[in-house]
Amino acid sequence: MSENVLKVENVTMQFGGVVAVDNLNLEVNQGEIVALIGPNGAGKTTAFNVITGVYQPTNGAVWFQGEKIVENHPQGKMKQQYKGEHAGDYTQVLAPTPDKVTRLGMARTFQNIRLWKSQTVFDNVLIAKHCRTTSNVFSAAFRLNRKEEAQQRENVLELLETVGLADVKDELATSLPYGKQRRLEIARALAAEPKLLLLDEPAAGMNPQETEELTAFIGEIRDRFHMTVFLIEHHMNLVMNISERIYVLDFGKLIAQGDPAAIQNDKRVIEAYLGVSEDA
Amino acid sequence: MKNTSKKGAWIGLLCIAALLAAVVVLENVLDPNKNIMVFTALKKGAVYALVAVSMNLLNGFTGLFSLGQAGFMLLGAYTYAILTIPTSQRDAVYYIYNGSAINFSLPELFGGGAVGLVLGVLLALILGGCVAAVVAWLIGLPVLRLKSDYLAIATLGFGEIIRAVFQWDKLGPVTNGANALKNFPTFTSFNIQNANGETVLRLSTFVAFLLAGVCIAVIVLLINSTYGRAFKAIRDDEVAAEAMGINLSRHKRLAFVISSFFAGFGGGMFAMFANQAQAKTFTTAMTYEILLIVVIGGIGSVSGSCIAAFLYVAASEWWLRFLDAETFIGGVKVPLLRNGFRMVVFSVVIMIVVLFFRRGIMGDKELPDLLKKRRKEGAVK
Repeated sequence: MSENVLKVENVTMQFGGVVAVDNLNLEVNQGEIVALIGPNGAGKTTAFNVITGVYQPTNGAVWFQGEKIVENHPQGKMKQQYKGEHAGDYTQVLAPTPDKVTRLGMARTFQNIRLWKSQTVFDNVLIAKHCRTTSNVFSAAFRLNRKEEAQQRENVLELLETVGLADVKDELATSLPYGKQRRLEIARALAAEPKLLLLDEPAAGMNPQETEELTAFIGEIRDRFHMTVFLIEHHMNLVMNISERIYVLDFGKLIAQGDPAAIQNDKRVIEAYLGVSEDA
Repeated sequence: MKNTSKKGAWIGLLCIAALLAAVVVLENVLDPNKNIMVFTALKKGAVYALVAVSMNLLNGFTGLFSLGQAGFMLLGAYTYAILTIPTSQRDAVYYIYNGSAINFSLPELFGGGAVGLVLGVLLALILGGCVAAVVAWLIGLPVLRLKSDYLAIATLGFGEIIRAVFQWDKLGPVTNGANALKNFPTFTSFNIQNANGETVLRLSTFVAFLLAGVCIAVIVLLINSTYGRAFKAIRDDEVAAEAMGINLSRHKRLAFVISSFFAGFGGGMFAMFANQAQAKTFTTAMTYEILLIVVIGGIGSVSGSCIAAFLYVAASEWWLRFLDAETFIGGVKVPLLRNGFRMVVFSVVIMIVVLFFRRGIMGDKELPDLLKKRRKEGAVK
């Protein structure tokens, strides 16, 4: 087994005539923080959705911890229609649902916060532990799983203390300030005991100070939980500060990859973000 | 934290025990012949409370808008009735079809007498729940792919189909066609009699309360378990629930099957309450009654459903009865009072309640929550 945790191989995602992701290849190694950036509509979230099983790709495969988890799934007539690169390379159908992907060890957060609104902070994190319970309905209803339940509650409390939300654990999730809600969403993802953490624009809507705190927080999580982090981001400060490697998408195509310094000076990246001057 | 929850559970248990004791005392102190309505309302209220809580599990806690409750009750009621009619009564009940196709009775299989009665009735009720659960599992396979209104329409259709199927003439030897099944053990069978046939201890209402109470307690335990939390997560945000590893189809089916089990159990109890089981009683109107109870009590509140069930049944069956009778005051007939007027007033009362309690009597709170809140406010002051 190679040391990469996640490998996206020749993934193409078409919606009708629109090619949202075009022949994407990328790798995320153990313990790394890798960012996927690009202008609006570049296909970043689509790539995320393919990886987590929300969409089935038109072509290509996704590997997780050396195991193939997604392979092209013919959506209607898509398979016949697809005539691009690597057509015909992928024939097997592997289409896990998002919950299965999470149980394999990938947990994600959402661009627009999706917490369970009527639940407390503590319960939000506790529910994420549900996918790790081994008890069935009967043993759960008749309290035969007390030990496991107590263990889970203890773990959640510990986790909340680590992320600094222990003091607000009995408050409603939606009553928290925005920055803390983001933090809670990350804590919830961590509760599912993932090997790979996928963050979809964690700094969206945050002010510079909150962003700075978040940057430190993500680094902390990686060190403490030996986590691998793959994130989508718009905030260049955050991306340049914490990511070890960066992939740049534009119109669904990968246009650059490398360390932050290289990306900052890449001509194509600057063009994609700022546009091309007319006399160039 | 842990101590308080344990203490709360004990207080809850004590309250329930006190309630049950009060029911026994009440039933034996009051003359049941003079107070028929009180005990009718209490028994029917207990049955409706259980069915309403089972519906709340689905509609309020899992966020699946299902309207098949009457259909599942019908399955439970028929299973109960068919399994418990004494063999000696079968020919009389199934006289149109020249006797029943099933010629055994569970209470008799358990040796008759008090023990046979208790075991037989209990097993028949549980089997009724199981039949409803199995059918729910089967129709859940296609139906649970639908969402919100579409799911409601599909389950509504299921209820109607079941009702039609059970009235089918060809099934007569089993279901007695469109005729009622009767002569099976009812709540009154649990009254203890002495050798002279005089009733010594009346337990009929107590049995209704006990059965409903145990079932509701199980549902509450389930709601507070890790699976109940997963159901609430699905209700609050399906996408997030799926992304956090909760298998949507499996959990929805689970909620649907469990809810139907208790609806079936409640259906059996309804047959015991009504002294007969007939398909035409389990109409969509019955589902709407239960939905109304759930809405009035508060969607997502078990105690709300229980309180609303008793209020609803008492108001519709008992408190407003006088409106149905033609009354003369001083030789003058009171206008409007005639058969059926009760339902007009009742509808207006329901409308007023819904207008003033937008989120039901309890909202999504439970009784202990309200007490806790008050204590907290007191502490702040």
